[in-house]
Amino acid sequence: MESMTEALRGALRLVAGADPGLGAIVLLSLQVSLSAVLLATLLGLPAGAALAVGRFPGRRALVVLLNALMGLPPVVAGLFVYLMLSRAGPLGELGLLFTPGAMVIAQTLLIFPIIAALCRQAVEDAWREYEEQLRSLGASRVGAASTIVWDIRFSLVTAVLAGLGRASAEVGAVIIVGGNIDGVTRVMTTAIALETSKGDLPLALALGMVLIALVIALNAAAWYVKDAAQRRFG
Amino acid sequence: MILPFALRDVSYLHIIKPLSLEIIPGPSTIVLGANGAGKSVLLRLMHGLLAPSSGTIRWSGADAARRQAMVFQRPVLLRRSAVDNVVYALKLAGVPRAQRMRQALEALESVGLASLAPRPARVLSGGEQQRLALARAWALHPEVLFLDEPTASLDPTATREVERVIQAFDAAGTKIIMATHNLGQARRLGDEVLYLHQGRVLERAPVDRFFSKPATPEAAAFIKGELPWA
Repeated sequence: MESMTEALRGALRLVAGADPGLGAIVLLSLQVSLSAVLLATLLGLPAGAALAVGRFPGRRALVVLLNALMGLPPVVAGLFVYLMLSRAGPLGELGLLFTPGAMVIAQTLLIFPIIAALCRQAVEDAWREYEEQLRSLGASRVGAASTIVWDIRFSLVTAVLAGLGRASAEVGAVIIVGGNIDGVTRVMTTAIALETSKGDLPLALALGMVLIALVIALNAAAWYVKDAAQRRFG
Repeated sequence: MILPFALRDVSYLHIIKPLSLEIIPGPSTIVLGANGAGKSVLLRLMHGLLAPSSGTIRWSGADAARRQAMVFQRPVLLRRSAVDNVVYALKLAGVPRAQRMRQALEALESVGLASLAPRPARVLSGGEQQRLALARAWALHPEVLFLDEPTASLDPTATREVERVIQAFDAAGTKIIMATHNLGQARRLGDEVLYLHQGRVLERAPVDRFFSKPATPEAAAFIKGELPWA
């Protein structure tokens, strides 16, 4: 119990003092996770929408697979990207392993299924409501799909937030492909794991507090924007 | 001209039994019948939203799909301004970008919604939403307008406003084909009645004759049963 309060006190000192080492770690975490969310959103929304309105053989299997991949263990995603990027791997020449780029790729792989699957469900539900009207107006399937994605954009914020939550919380993928190299690929989650195992509980706790605060702030901002827009547009 | 059009032995699952009929330009056609009689399905078959299980639908002119419009019981409006909803339809219809806004505003004007043009469509009242759906159809200058119980969920005032717009379509030469539950509305807006019963057209008659001298006991019972709520 004593060590707990002590750790907490130390953590607060670190946060309040805006420790520069801490700042760099926080910044890299944000860069990696937000880049991954951006990429996965750009890929996942069109993929989800296509899967929602498309009719082709194997579609059901793809839907099931995508839903299953929402539960992809981060270490498995990390391992897969590691094999791809390692020197002997097919993409080894890019020299990306143990760089922030590799971490972005691994997290993108991890959260793409989440964003695509949630988008697929949302667009499919909306499609039932919009289909007759859009077909009556002469919209093509692709045109209708993009119209719907734009029209339910506020609901899709939740899908993107789910991806962000996953990206900012996971440690398994980034530690495998990033290596937790100090000053290069150390992010909040990998640092927490490391400092905890080293026994530096104040730093681990400080990072944990910052991480949770950031996630809450991002979610609050997204919710606020979504809520305001929804009240405006109905 | 895409009219007249003809259905030959058109059926749909067990809902519409094989039927043949011709629809000519001019008289407003009201499709009447109890719930489940097949009114909505018949309109959707004619409009091309459903493919018939058997039979064919033949229009007189080419490009028939673009020259008809449909207004549904519950209008589906996009989360954008009222005028942008009309602009969207004009874009799909291939109207050049430079003309869309002007034509959309004219369409809103004709249904009395000009002042609500910049308002988000989804926050309009039920009656205004339905008139916006009509404006969206109006902008397309359809030769045929299908309406599927357009006032079923509206109050009397909104219903009157919607009926006025439907009459304006008729006056502009658009062929009206409307399903309704409202017998008073059928009398006010219709010239001829198609009476559907369990997926068959039991009667086709001018409105006055249909209501004064129904030829089948089913139609007579329907008129009697429905009248209290007309």
